[in-house]
Amino acid sequence: MSGLDVNASSGVAPAPAPVVAARPVAAASAAEPATETGRLPSRRRRRVVGQVFAWIALTVLGVVFIYPFVWLVSASFKPRGEVFDNRLIPETFTLDNYVSVWQEAPLALWLLNTVIVTVLAATTVTFSSAMVAWGFSYFRFRGRNALFGLVLATMMLPGAVTMIPTFLIWNALGQVGTLTPLWAGNLFGSAFYIFLMRQFMLGLPRDLFDAARVDGASQFGVFWRVALPLSKPVLAVTFIFEVQAVWTDLMRALIYLRDSDTFTVPRGLKSLVDAYGFGGEWHWEIIVTASVITTLPMIIVFFLAQRKIIDGVASSGLKG
Amino acid sequence: MTAAATERGTAATPGRRDPQGRGRGIPSHRRGSAWREARPALLFLSPWIVGFVVFTAWPMIYSAYLSLTDYDVINTPEFVGLENYAKLASDEKVLLALGNTALFTLMQVPLYVVVSLLLALLLDRAGRASGFFRTVFFLPKMTPPVAVGVLFLLLFNGQNGLVNTVLGWFGIDGPAWTTDPAWVKPGLVFMSLWTVGASVIILLAALRNVPETLYESARLDGAGFWRSAWSVTLPMISPALFFIIVVNTIAGFQTFDEAYTAFFGAGNTTYSNDAALFYVIYLFQQAFEFLNMGYASALAWLLFAIIMAVTAVQLIVSKRLVYYEGDR
Repeated sequence: MSGLDVNASSGVAPAPAPVVAARPVAAASAAEPATETGRLPSRRRRRVVGQVFAWIALTVLGVVFIYPFVWLVSASFKPRGEVFDNRLIPETFTLDNYVSVWQEAPLALWLLNTVIVTVLAATTVTFSSAMVAWGFSYFRFRGRNALFGLVLATMMLPGAVTMIPTFLIWNALGQVGTLTPLWAGNLFGSAFYIFLMRQFMLGLPRDLFDAARVDGASQFGVFWRVALPLSKPVLAVTFIFEVQAVWTDLMRALIYLRDSDTFTVPRGLKSLVDAYGFGGEWHWEIIVTASVITTLPMIIVFFLAQRKIIDGVASSGLKG
Repeated sequence: MTAAATERGTAATPGRRDPQGRGRGIPSHRRGSAWREARPALLFLSPWIVGFVVFTAWPMIYSAYLSLTDYDVINTPEFVGLENYAKLASDEKVLLALGNTALFTLMQVPLYVVVSLLLALLLDRAGRASGFFRTVFFLPKMTPPVAVGVLFLLLFNGQNGLVNTVLGWFGIDGPAWTTDPAWVKPGLVFMSLWTVGASVIILLAALRNVPETLYESARLDGAGFWRSAWSVTLPMISPALFFIIVVNTIAGFQTFDEAYTAFFGAGNTTYSNDAALFYVIYLFQQAFEFLNMGYASALAWLLFAIIMAVTAVQLIVSKRLVYYEGDR
């Protein structure tokens, strides 16, 4: 269910939390080969030229990567007839779309639903996965490695295989049409996060936990009062990853939500595309504005937690 | 679950012999202490164990059974043997969807690798500016796929989309990306490159993890830029490259959100979307639009088999091509 790792991929096989120390490229190169006289200036010039070239290329590519956002935001301030005009600055600047979009669709309700689901999903998966990861990292028991292998194996299972029976379970429980199926599965932990957290917890000093035990802490107390506070970095990464995964999830919402009042924002946005897009009434200004509103919270999350997200993603691929 | 049950059995009767003989020869007090470690562990593992049984093991078994039945959710499943699997072979849409999906993945994965490697190499060279550009390249990854689908329809619009406008500056008459069946998949592939950010970050981390000393000794051995790129950089980042290839291949086979947003659903009755019928979209339609749960389960197992086969091939190939430090 984690979306940030490389693709919707739900993260196949990631690795430990401690992250990449940046190699001090510039400093090292400037200082060290001073002994090899003669070749030095040309190499240094090459490096400077290379860096300038990299900056130019990165700037061009950066514009390409940012422009779709700019285009989208700009279009959301244009009246209906000008949405497609590709102007950077709207010819006719209007805030009308940001007024009418709330009337055209129960967008406020969709946002509320999404917030509820996202908070519940991220909180439950963080704690349940932490519990399980603790079980796998602190305790030694027979069959532990085999059982953990099973956890890893479930990451390889395409979601499509369990999708239908899972739907039938929620259907039998009368939960189809409610928000429950969108988060309650997270009560049972998620393999990718269990893996991520176990790696982190294995790196914690064991003496600390033994000392807490000697001081009379219960098993749960050690977990709750000692291990969890120490694991804050990896808990935060898990929480943020899951927030992104759930906020942007379309498939579950398509499967389980029927009534427009129960929609999450991605599902709602899809219904707007259906109603106002090429197959419908061609009110692209509504769709564009709703897209901005759907995306904006994720951009805010990213800027609030940028370091954690990027370090988390970087570490997810380190061991392959 | 079985592990839990046997452990519990041992615990309830600490003095008795383990029926499977696993504890044979261990004095009873030692076995008791082993159990003392295992019991709290099982408590901590219990969420996953329950989840595994209810949401993984049982669904797999039930899905295998359903694939042998005709089931529409309302009436009880009717056993039809291998009929669904026979139908797979003769269903033109399955062939279409498989072809679309394979073509999409074959185009997307190599481009994804090339583009993310290029961006990572540039970032590695950018010195202090790399942090800023890393943010820029990662940001699209935060965008909900539905919004990416919307952007695809708008930016790649054949008449007045931004992409064709820019191509026009260079005298290129861009195709109708969103309606011409020949160009829908390439268009979706290009759009997907926008969200390449996570792969870039992983490759950048791998590049920065290559020890400087390796480059030093390569230089002392007389290796030039290309030689050290080929003999040092490439082997050292090969695990990360392999990871990206495997993960994106699996994701490519399960492509759904963007294409479904742009081409399927209640709104579209006006144009053909055969060119964007990816496998999971067809599976979703069979299951949740036509309520052919039995047939859809068979479709799911075919997908499972294909993904497993492709991943296995990649693993076998990787044994020869991927260098894992510390392996030898």
